[in-house]
Amino acid sequence: MTTEILLAGFGGQGVLFAGKILAYCGLMDSKELSWLPSYGPEMRGGTANCSVCISDQPIGSPLVLTPDILIAMNQPSFDKFVSEVRPGGKVFYDSTLIEAEQTRTDISYFPIESSKLADDNELKGGSNIILLGKVIKETSLFSLETMKKGIEKVVPASKAHLIGNNFKAIEIGMNN
Amino acid sequence: MERNLMKGNEALAEAAIRAGCKCFFGYPITPQTELAAYMAKRMHKAGGVFLQAESEIAAINMVLGAASTGVRAMTSSSSPGISLKSEGVSYIAGSDLPAVIINVQRGGPGLGGIQPSQADYWQATKALGHGDFQLIVYAPASVQEMVDFVVKAFDRADKYRMPAMILADGLLGQMMEPVSFPEINPDAYDKSSWAANGHKNKREHHIINSLYLKPDELQNSIVERYKKYEIIKETETDAELYLTEDCDVLVCAFGATARVAKSAVNDARAQGIKAGLFRPKTLWPFPVKELNEAAKNAKKLLSVEMSMGQMVDDIKLAINCSKPVEFFGRTGGVIPTPVEVLGEIKRIGGTL
Repeated sequence: MTTEILLAGFGGQGVLFAGKILAYCGLMDSKELSWLPSYGPEMRGGTANCSVCISDQPIGSPLVLTPDILIAMNQPSFDKFVSEVRPGGKVFYDSTLIEAEQTRTDISYFPIESSKLADDNELKGGSNIILLGKVIKETSLFSLETMKKGIEKVVPASKAHLIGNNFKAIEIGMNN
Repeated sequence: MERNLMKGNEALAEAAIRAGCKCFFGYPITPQTELAAYMAKRMHKAGGVFLQAESEIAAINMVLGAASTGVRAMTSSSSPGISLKSEGVSYIAGSDLPAVIINVQRGGPGLGGIQPSQADYWQATKALGHGDFQLIVYAPASVQEMVDFVVKAFDRADKYRMPAMILADGLLGQMMEPVSFPEINPDAYDKSSWAANGHKNKREHHIINSLYLKPDELQNSIVERYKKYEIIKETETDAELYLTEDCDVLVCAFGATARVAKSAVNDARAQGIKAGLFRPKTLWPFPVKELNEAAKNAKKLLSVEMSMGQMVDDIKLAINCSKPVEFFGRTGGVIPTPVEVLGEIKRIGGTL
């Protein structure tokens, strides 16, 4: 089975970083996986998105067009991609920044005030990781243990002191 | 073997360093810049030279110079930059020098765009510069193959004393996949008979040259080179055949597009349509016998490319136009989707 994940938001919100954590989780669990970023002018401000595929079999096309999981971090991304989500799929979104009309009945919506929660807990820029916490709570994609290993892999050595903050953000996501 | 997660561009660079590349000359261009950035960071630690040249033309001529001394040398760029390098590539071929050139393709012509493309197929396989010459051209379809083919490209470049190219694209360059690095033992080819690496007055000096003013001499040098090409055509072709044994529709695709095509073939099979995939791993030499094997029971062939159909003629020639060859492509940086390719398979399958 292949799980196709699309992460989307503004450049600078940590969309690619969150995608990288999911990719490393796949690596930790000895899965097949691919990570494909949008590249070009949108990375310098504007919208950024990132396709992640996790599977037991080799990945075909790494470009996610009909995601099983959509993680939306801003309104334009939500509006653009929510209609593309595969029936039965799950949408996770930052309800601090996104006003969503939950119009589709064939998918599940998981709003979380991730920006507000990040600010309240002094986790600046942690909204993306809080969303990942919500994802592992509401799906069977990865265990908490795997997620922690993934974070340790992705956070560069020079910023190792931030690993604790990322773990905290995951917990907040799981408990809200 | 340990699995790492790497971007295609970074994996190309790491593989080159492990393959014993000691000189990298380049100039930044999207979507291959991570390759040069990785080289800048790693190459000096590996005892080699990284140099950002003033232009693509300078970079390829530095490769010509370095290769003349017998060291493993490489340059990389993306489509418009490769066009600039074409004069130098021709000189390298004319001087019988080994070198590796990487093209992480983007849309063209002109400055084109920065999204993935395969529209440099003709350039790579037919005319990457003036004169009678060829490059060995490898088309990886995964980050792992980017590693494996770089290693192979350096080896074959040395073995045959000719330039070899990795023809990738922006999608492969930008994506991350698990990759492992095999133990590489850079084969020590004896270059002492030709390398211009200093004679210390102990032997005749070696001359690296591509200028022959006497037509007979130039003709002879080219004919000799073409004898080598014949051997390469016999021995160096490589292709993946997937579900081809009983297929009615044979999809032909290389590189990133082959991944999309494979998804479509699987979807077709799930619906009871007998589709198969032929994926050339070498574009020159084109895997003629492998294609004929794959196509032996097929009723129709479908070439799927990120171009306007540059591989179609090679497919038709390989099978002597014995079966209909149809085409579906996207270009300018648009990536075909499995759904579109499945639609084409059905369209063709339906009119058998």
